[in-house]
Amino acid sequence: MPDTGYLIAVVAVAAAITVALRAAPFAMTATLRSSALVADLGRHLPAGIMILLVVHLLGDVPLDGPLVGVRELAPVAVTVAVHLWRRNALLSMATGTASYAVALALLPG
Amino acid sequence: MRQVDLRDALRDVAAVGPGMGVLGTSFGLLVVGSGLDWWWAPVFSVVVFAGSLEFLLVALAVAGTPLAAIAVTTLLVNGRHAFYGLSFPLNRIRTRAGRVYGVLALTDEAYALYTARPAASLSGPRIVTGQALMQACWVVGGTTGALAGSGFGLHVPALEFVFTALFVVLATEATVAGREATGPLLAVACALVAQLVAPGEMLLVAMGLFVAALLVRHRFSSSREAARA
Repeated sequence: MPDTGYLIAVVAVAAAITVALRAAPFAMTATLRSSALVADLGRHLPAGIMILLVVHLLGDVPLDGPLVGVRELAPVAVTVAVHLWRRNALLSMATGTASYAVALALLPG
Repeated sequence: MRQVDLRDALRDVAAVGPGMGVLGTSFGLLVVGSGLDWWWAPVFSVVVFAGSLEFLLVALAVAGTPLAAIAVTTLLVNGRHAFYGLSFPLNRIRTRAGRVYGVLALTDEAYALYTARPAASLSGPRIVTGQALMQACWVVGGTTGALAGSGFGLHVPALEFVFTALFVVLATEATVAGREATGPLLAVACALVAQLVAPGEMLLVAMGLFVAALLVRHRFSSSREAARA
């Protein structure tokens, strides 16, 4: 287990930056707030960053076996499909995780 | 606080609160499953209060990631929060303490809940109470999960996918809300390029590439508009 001092520092750093980010737009000048570039980034950054995180999380799995990709990608596809269908985050995550449990049982690493 | 504000806040949070509680529980299980003491779950959830980042922080902390890398990851993962304030109805909150908490607890869920409604229909106490109720769901869920995990030695291997599924859901939501496909496709391309050239630092390289790609695209589209005008 990491030592307590390091964990306190992790929490402090993450909290300080999160607060600064949440407060930033309220400190911005009116011209900056209404700039086209800020609006453009605000619209397109979130989806892209989330996609990068998904790829990053999937990137942790070893891709050297023939069926390895399927075990992780099929539950992702299930999650997206259920979410587009019902738009219920809890249901999508539960179905996705259940399908991952099935995939783990069928294709043990 | 008026009774009507509390009633409205409870109704607002009814849509997302149970989900946050369940997700919080899996966060608590992850905390003890990663080898941390149970009380780190409420510490993370009270002090940081950024659901998706907290999952990532636990994984990074257990791996002993340097603080500088943790700072950059926080900056990029929570960078989207810097845009929430542009439309969050903070001006509806009158008291100073309320406004401070309103900013501190400006999560994905708070943003989604209170920008979807007309600002004129929202009172300050309703917004702040809603945010506090959401944080309560998240903290209670996390503490319950952490205590259950340490008490019963509960370990479910498939549970790690909850974390991936959360980001898949957020990505789907954001892609639908963005109403265009080139941004998400650019992101996938950046991720694959970064995975090839810098597998160890994939996340940082991919995020840098993606922000650069958006800036270049913005430059192009605005000069095209200028040429048309």
